[in-house]
Amino acid sequence: MSAEAKHDATTAGADPHEHDHIKHYTKIYVTLLVLFGISVLGPVVGSAVGSKALVLITAFGIALVKAYLVCAHFMHLNIEKRYIGYLLTTTVVFMFLFYAGVSPDVMEHRGRNWENVAAQQETLRAQREHALHPEGHGEGVPAEEH
Amino acid sequence: MATKPIATTRSATTIPTGRLAIWWVLASEVVIFGGLLASYIMHRLGHPEFGDYASHTNTYIGAVNTFVLLTSSYFAVRAHNEAEHGRGKAAAKWLYLTCLGAVMFLCIKSFEWHHEISEGFTITKNAFWSFYYLAAGLHACHVIGGGIIMLIIAEDAKKNKELQRVELIGIYWHFVDVVWIFLFPLLYIAK
Repeated sequence: MSAEAKHDATTAGADPHEHDHIKHYTKIYVTLLVLFGISVLGPVVGSAVGSKALVLITAFGIALVKAYLVCAHFMHLNIEKRYIGYLLTTTVVFMFLFYAGVSPDVMEHRGRNWENVAAQQETLRAQREHALHPEGHGEGVPAEEH
Repeated sequence: MATKPIATTRSATTIPTGRLAIWWVLASEVVIFGGLLASYIMHRLGHPEFGDYASHTNTYIGAVNTFVLLTSSYFAVRAHNEAEHGRGKAAAKWLYLTCLGAVMFLCIKSFEWHHEISEGFTITKNAFWSFYYLAAGLHACHVIGGGIIMLIIAEDAKKNKELQRVELIGIYWHFVDVVWIFLFPLLYIAK
């Protein structure tokens, strides 16, 4: 038996709580798989019954829960020093600031003193294309060529 | 006795330097992926036609890849558990399994992209496909990088060397998994 194998064998089972840790990780993994199943089936059911809320909750709500489980239990953020929590929270806040600052100009195509002609044309072109080829891929011709 | 640079042995914040460094890397990654996903969301909400374009992505392939990444994340945490108990060989075994997950993910992604490109859905098709290839491609680059680093760490772990690195690559790998957890509903489910 090699030195490493001996080391492996002698340390195996040394921690009485080790089995609990493995059980805990397996439990989290199974929970993630169940949530994953719901996040795939939920939107299918939601679309079938015409419930947009069900689609959003099962797709994005469950994604948040899954991300929390991975961060807290696999990345051990639940027992990590607060410093790391503050660090990550700061970056997430910056992301929301970016969204809040930029999204009004992207999500709207016209305002009080401005108009995003290119975005309007692109939306109109896509709608026309979709009307002509509802199931197809469309031609993908740029808006200015129309 | 081999000496180490002081940066690897000190812990000014009471967090080991290596772990602190990986969290700083991830903090910068949150801004990179967060900015990209935030841009995608605002375009998705501003352009209803994105829903039609997204209907051409294959939900089942995306779902299989989600399963593969979740499973590889579980393998990574098992590797960490073994490393924590000083069992380098066992940790290396779990890391190799995690790498196998990375390879599977990339093979499935290649198949998916090949199919989409041959159907005419290229990166220049429209804004949706540009976002799609950029976000999924950036994520795939992280999978490739993580897989390579994991193999290097597994080689050391086999010899019971630098076992603390198993935790660090695990944290990185879980982050890659978290990014995919958000990409999956955004690109494959919201149609």
